[in-house]
Amino acid sequence: MSYLNLFVIVPLLTVLAILFTKGKKNAKVISAVGMSIQLILGIALIFMYLAERKVNPAPMLFTQDNLWYQSLNIHYFIGVDAISVSMICLTCIVIFAGVFASWQVDYLPREFFISLITLSSGVFGFFISLDLFTMFLFYEIAVIPMYILIGIWGSGPREYSAMKLTLMLMSGSALILVGLVGLYFNSAPNGGAYTFNVLEIAKVHIPIEMQRFLFPFLFMGFGVLGALFPFHTWSPDGHASAPTAVSMLHAGVLMKLGGYGAFRVAMVLLPEAATQLGWIFIILTTISVIYGAFGAVVQKDLKYINAYSSVSHCGMVLLAVLMLNKTAFNGAVLQMISHGIMCALFFALIGMIYGRTHTRMIDEMGGIMKVMPFLSVCYVLGGLASLGLPGFSGFVAEMNIFVGAFQNPGTFYRVCTLISCASIVITAVYILRVIGIMLLGQVKHEEHNHLTDAHWYERISAGTLVATLLIIGLVPLWLSNMIGNSLVPIAQKFLAVIH
Amino acid sequence: MIDFSYAIWIPLVPFLVFAVLGLFGHYLKPRISGLLGTAGLLAAFILSLFVAYKYFFVVGKIDASGVVTDTYQKIIAFNQVWMHFTDKLHVDMGVLLDPISVMMLVVITTVSLMVHIYSIGYMHGEKGFERFFACLSLFSFSMLGLVIATNIFQMYIFWELVGVSSYSLISFYYWKDSAVSAGKKAFIVTRFADLGFLIGILLLSYTTGTFDFVTLTDINGPAIIQGSGIMFMGLSTMTWSLIFVFMGGAGKSAMFPLHIWLPDAMEGPTPVSALIHAATMVVAGVYLVARLFPIYAFSATAGLNVVAYVGGISSLLAAIIACTQFDIKRVLAYSTMSQIGYMMLALGVSGYGEEQGLGYMASMFHLFTHAMFKALLFLGAGAVIHAVHSNDMREMGGLRKFLPITHITFLIACLTIAGIPPFSAFWSKDEILTAAFHHDKILFAIEFFVAGLTAFYMFRLYFNVFWGKHIHYHHEPHESPFVMTGPLIFLAIASIFTGFIPFHSLVTSDGKEMASHLNLLIAGPSVLIGLIGIVTAYFLYKKETAIPDKVASSFKIFYRWAYNKFYFDELYLFVAKKIIFKRISTPVAWFDRHVVDGTMNSVSWVTNYISGSIKGFQSGQVQQYGFAFIMGAILLAVVFIYLWIH
Repeated sequence: MSYLNLFVIVPLLTVLAILFTKGKKNAKVISAVGMSIQLILGIALIFMYLAERKVNPAPMLFTQDNLWYQSLNIHYFIGVDAISVSMICLTCIVIFAGVFASWQVDYLPREFFISLITLSSGVFGFFISLDLFTMFLFYEIAVIPMYILIGIWGSGPREYSAMKLTLMLMSGSALILVGLVGLYFNSAPNGGAYTFNVLEIAKVHIPIEMQRFLFPFLFMGFGVLGALFPFHTWSPDGHASAPTAVSMLHAGVLMKLGGYGAFRVAMVLLPEAATQLGWIFIILTTISVIYGAFGAVVQKDLKYINAYSSVSHCGMVLLAVLMLNKTAFNGAVLQMISHGIMCALFFALIGMIYGRTHTRMIDEMGGIMKVMPFLSVCYVLGGLASLGLPGFSGFVAEMNIFVGAFQNPGTFYRVCTLISCASIVITAVYILRVIGIMLLGQVKHEEHNHLTDAHWYERISAGTLVATLLIIGLVPLWLSNMIGNSLVPIAQKFLAVIH
Repeated sequence: MIDFSYAIWIPLVPFLVFAVLGLFGHYLKPRISGLLGTAGLLAAFILSLFVAYKYFFVVGKIDASGVVTDTYQKIIAFNQVWMHFTDKLHVDMGVLLDPISVMMLVVITTVSLMVHIYSIGYMHGEKGFERFFACLSLFSFSMLGLVIATNIFQMYIFWELVGVSSYSLISFYYWKDSAVSAGKKAFIVTRFADLGFLIGILLLSYTTGTFDFVTLTDINGPAIIQGSGIMFMGLSTMTWSLIFVFMGGAGKSAMFPLHIWLPDAMEGPTPVSALIHAATMVVAGVYLVARLFPIYAFSATAGLNVVAYVGGISSLLAAIIACTQFDIKRVLAYSTMSQIGYMMLALGVSGYGEEQGLGYMASMFHLFTHAMFKALLFLGAGAVIHAVHSNDMREMGGLRKFLPITHITFLIACLTIAGIPPFSAFWSKDEILTAAFHHDKILFAIEFFVAGLTAFYMFRLYFNVFWGKHIHYHHEPHESPFVMTGPLIFLAIASIFTGFIPFHSLVTSDGKEMASHLNLLIAGPSVLIGLIGIVTAYFLYKKETAIPDKVASSFKIFYRWAYNKFYFDELYLFVAKKIIFKRISTPVAWFDRHVVDGTMNSVSWVTNYISGSIKGFQSGQVQQYGFAFIMGAILLAVVFIYLWIH
């Protein structure tokens, strides 16, 4: 049995354990223990992967293949390469921080943690799957708890937001499903059984007409999840209504499912269509990058600012994915990690600040730095990461994307790259605006003077995320080499297609 | 070759100090954190002097094979891959030693050390004392990392770090709104310039395939020989890329039209202004152009012209504005901008090698002397502000009696900047004027005029503060403690004597020694115009008279323009508030909420509406179904009967 199974089993065991215990406190303690184990497993996975990679040149490691449903040839086929390893670790970190950030959930805590951890097990399953059907199944497992979590524990117009988010993601899934079925029926051109196996389909040459038909479905379907313009509007409302941990997990991880899927399924399996039709989506992603950033400049609600900022940053991921070379792909993966951590940090901090001031409107706050130095410093560090300051992971990711994309010989690609570069300025504008209005200056409300700084569990949550940002930002080489190794064959494949 | 790898500790020591102060600062006593910061810088300072001595006088001219040449070599003392982009493009973290980087190490550590010592006195008792020293150390680390960069990307990385540490120091008094917005402005304006820098790097690396400075600036190397690349709008891509890179430099160096952040940056504590906004960070742009100088000189002469004219215009503009300001730190800020304009201009008019490289040498020379006397001016201004608790020179006067040491050192600095021999700036400014004279008469005329203006506005400041009217102070001003006057004395001595450093044999465009001689035909008139400026200021401001106001009112419109800094702030505010906020962002946000989201909502609304209008069909009432069934049956019967008849 593969080590990877643990990533699904541990959350499920945690859920079971919560089910069979009583008491508000036990639920969170059990979740914390379970997710700490998960975090350790994740970190161990990196070392195991690096060790195994030295001796094993296979594209996917730790594979396990069980036939699951014979008549359709569906397998429970799991395995990881460096991209999935980094995504799994990202999820481990975010869910770990998320559990600690929701330490103070009072209303139905057991049910809350059960849904939250079920959600995470869906995400883990998605990242380890190599069978499209299983992947899709896990994806759906992740979406449903999301609806419940926002609908019950959310704030503001939560039913509306939950419904909107779920419906839009579901329509995304509908598009994906069409694409997957199309792939399935083209997976055996020379006879034999059809398959959902990603590795097998990658070897097959799907007819170009078929590719051109399927590519928009798949890319758009995953694009909805990755907040591609103009299918991003679930994100601001959804985030604004979601409880803290859900926002963290959603922006931090679930949106990455979009980028990951778009890359692993749409791009890699349909390379010719990706080169031919990529330009349409490059335009859309460039718009996302700039539009999201401009949208964030005038928002007043912290969560809206971050939602729009996510549109901008995730647009960068999809843009990089479409740039068809190793450096840009590497940047895309790094940006997914970086944005995941950063966004989780932001939403965690926003939740903590909101829990004290009971407002998310930046102009109703001021001088928070004086009252809550720890939270404010973390917010500033997150902000600096977001605007791409060297020393934080965001810089490494963005520079990989820009340099990689700019190596593209096509002028069109390079112009789009330069336009996206402008986002670094606009990002600075909205980040500094928030810092200036909310954190610095004079304390605006007398009662804010008596608020307390972070509790121990909040320190764990924010501290973990900040440390991750810094570690990746200061010593990026090991990570980018690890990811880059896995990207070499894919990049070569595209090189062959272009020529 | 000698092992220089210990040079890596020059930036690392301040970094470690920063880490300690940043993490544990608030557990330490303020005194301890101040001493720790100063000790870190002292170590870096001693190491830098040692490196400079070794490099310039012992091993700098020995090339890789051990042969003694007549040229200063570029020595890579340390290099470590930090990030791989492609096979050719990788970012290294390393130490590159050549004349300009070694010179900069000395400049930065000297000024930074003085500022650290001075700050122990100046910031005494302030809230956030340890934060101040942590930020100073971070800044020193970034700036040192910037100058020793082995590749342009490493430079960009530290460039950004310098930007953020400058932000944190400008906004040091974070509870003051003016400080917060000044920091924000500085960061965003320089960030915008850095976008140009980034685009420049992308273009440059795309055309040359390397980030590495040694490869880029090797005059026999591929980057320069392969030449320019494709033409775009009349200029080669190489030229465009270097112009973009210069945009980054212009932003950091507060060159027109990206200068608007510098005066506001004076909101920071005065020692910060001395360190960052006078001596070190603002010359980063000059350093950047100097670093890439060979490639500018060979592949992008159009780019050099841009540099020269931007420098010339900035120095003129800033000097005019400086004559009208009353805030002493702002006068000094504009003076800084003007002097950096000189340096840029000198680079712009320079050529490569031999006598052609006079401008380059002069620029670096002036950078060095300027760092000393400008830091002195700022620290002196700080001592004045410390004594009278005001920035406004209209509220000062007759301070020479109260602050004797500050007065003397300030006078030395003023004489230096006015270009009076034998003070240091006389020598460096003379070289710049000579270089400009040989290249472009218009630029020479501008700079000649600016030399006079400089003397005038500096002595206007001097007479206003130390002479002029007598003012009754609430608290009698008193001289600062020795931790503050000590650095003043040190820098005053440096201002006097640094002019005698033989720069022409140490720091030249090609590393070879060049001949240098005093050009009396230029030096004479330039001293004369400096004296004219001083004398004018003497008559106008020595005693309180009504003449300055009369002069001002006779040039009323022009004076108002200059006093309002030619309305650049308003222009930028207009762009930021009216265009970016009102015309772009607000419509984008509206569009998103109402059009994009509206479409999504209307899809769901239409779905709801349709299902609402047809849901009556499934009411679950048997009578209704029965009724519909019978009506349907009858309808069908009628249709069939009708068809059957026909």
